[in-house]
Amino acid sequence: MADNVAVADESADLSRRKFLTNATIATAAVGAAFVAVPFVESWTPSERARALGAPTELDVSKIDPGQMTIVTWRRQPIYVVRRTPEMVQHLQGHDGDLKDPESKSSDQPEYAKNVLRARKAEYLVLIGTCTHLGCLPKQRFEAASAEMGPSWPGGFFCPCHGSRFDLSGRVFNGSPASLNLRVPPYEYPNDQTLRVGADETMKGTA
Amino acid sequence: MAVSNETPGEAPRKGFLGWLNKRLPVDEFVKTQLTGYYAPKNFNIWYFFGSLALLVLVMQLVTGIFLTMFYKPGELTAFDSVEFIMREVDHGWLIRYLHSTGASAFFIVVYLHMFRALLYGSYKAPRELLWLLGMAVYLALMAEAFMGYVLPWGNMSFWGAQVIVNLFGTIPAIGPPLVEWIRGDYGIADATLNRFFSLHVVAVPLGLLLLVLLHLVALRQTGSNNPDGIEIKKNLGKDGHPVDGIPFHPYYTVKDVVGVGVFFVLFAIVVFFVPTFGGLFLEGPNFDQANPMSTPEHIAPVWYFTPYYAILRAVPDQRMGALLMGIAVVSFFFLPWLDKSPVKSMRYRGPISRIMLAVFVVSFIALGYLGLQPAEGLYVMLARIFAVGYFAYFWLMPFYSRVSVDPVKQVPERVVFNAH
Repeated sequence: MADNVAVADESADLSRRKFLTNATIATAAVGAAFVAVPFVESWTPSERARALGAPTELDVSKIDPGQMTIVTWRRQPIYVVRRTPEMVQHLQGHDGDLKDPESKSSDQPEYAKNVLRARKAEYLVLIGTCTHLGCLPKQRFEAASAEMGPSWPGGFFCPCHGSRFDLSGRVFNGSPASLNLRVPPYEYPNDQTLRVGADETMKGTA
Repeated sequence: MAVSNETPGEAPRKGFLGWLNKRLPVDEFVKTQLTGYYAPKNFNIWYFFGSLALLVLVMQLVTGIFLTMFYKPGELTAFDSVEFIMREVDHGWLIRYLHSTGASAFFIVVYLHMFRALLYGSYKAPRELLWLLGMAVYLALMAEAFMGYVLPWGNMSFWGAQVIVNLFGTIPAIGPPLVEWIRGDYGIADATLNRFFSLHVVAVPLGLLLLVLLHLVALRQTGSNNPDGIEIKKNLGKDGHPVDGIPFHPYYTVKDVVGVGVFFVLFAIVVFFVPTFGGLFLEGPNFDQANPMSTPEHIAPVWYFTPYYAILRAVPDQRMGALLMGIAVVSFFFLPWLDKSPVKSMRYRGPISRIMLAVFVVSFIALGYLGLQPAEGLYVMLARIFAVGYFAYFWLMPFYSRVSVDPVKQVPERVVFNAH
């Protein structure tokens, strides 16, 4: 019996058989990759989730100076702070303590890539999730408070892992977070209305 | 030639069992896997935890199947359905506490099982693949436990999921879209909860069962290691069986039953008297419903993840922290190749190997404690020190385990065993 097998092997063109085997495997692999696409894509946000991610509007004139209000956009808390002139002044003078004072590697629209990190100095708009691991930083607006120490210029403190940010959402050295708090796209359709989730760069893309 | 499954000299079975064995190799299986499978005769207390892990796996499957009958995934229904199980389903509280306590028990026995391997060098050749399969089981178990903790949709479920899923966001370039893909929404949401439910009750358990089966098959191939780290197969008796081996059944099945008895006593004490275990097994904030607008005062994972969490928080840079945390888990996989000692068991190794193992155990436990504390001041400094101890055990091993650095003792020919 063993001899018969050997004869059959010699007479067969094994290189052709090998080629056909490999071609079949390759075809099946390509097919499997294509079939995987719908399954992988099923995990992306659904049409409903995308629709619920539409822009949110807010009347900013109703926020008291020095106070913060939180709105929701795309399930994320959006911090809107009405900064007083003193608060804006306190943004100067601690650039040396910041990881990214000019927001070079942080995530924000072009119009917020400055010291104020805002379109208008008076209103700071931030995505209120820590760039470290997504907790909600808490308000520590009072400068030089007993809790935060004499050199504290006012800002945010993340209770989870201790990241600290100033009143432009810029991260301080020694924080586990590496990047400044993110700024969402936003615009002012008129003087008192803030629209989060829309700006001139997004027009026509939605 | 007629194929016969019967051993020569034994009368073939008659009746139903005879009929059955012609069609299903029941007797052959029992013979090769239990009564004819020889294990070293010098097993000690550390050899209870493999069979206990299997027991807990079965308990988790059974209690999980029943919980699935009452639990309703979905961000509007999940929390309420768990309260429904706790208050209104007859004995629902018991089934849920068996499941939640089982999760912690699983990690306790698995950590003790892993320590046994470190103590007696069970990961060394020829058992490298057995070790890797075991580590794959451990990874699957971590995924299973993490997703299971999200299901009650308490506030710690939500924020734990937020922190862990965001870890993937630190991967360069693909991070942010990957996180959105995992969540299926712009935040941890209904979509996330539902896919975690599916993975927790179907996909990961199937994978776990397959991996556990492979782990056992690989064990049957190499045979168990033992406290002396001697290969009993090298010393066979006239009957072809190892002279230092005894049949797994009845000797070790009976021994394991004793372990099961002790385990059940301890397990029942936790289930009936301290099911939350002071916030370690079930955390306080998880008795509040998930609230995306309110972070718990301080987020800590369940105890079995805290050693890694402490390492994550000990690093001031987030990407480095996540990377080190990943390396901390993956380091176990490299053990068979990091260990250069010619001797397996700590019994015959020099003082340096023993001290380093002690350093590792102390570091692991200390990190576990620190991961539960707030990330500030002294706690962070201590976490950094113990993280160094943790990594030193693994990555200095190629140096300190050499015979030239850590001289070994003579390993005896036969296992050390005093008959009772």
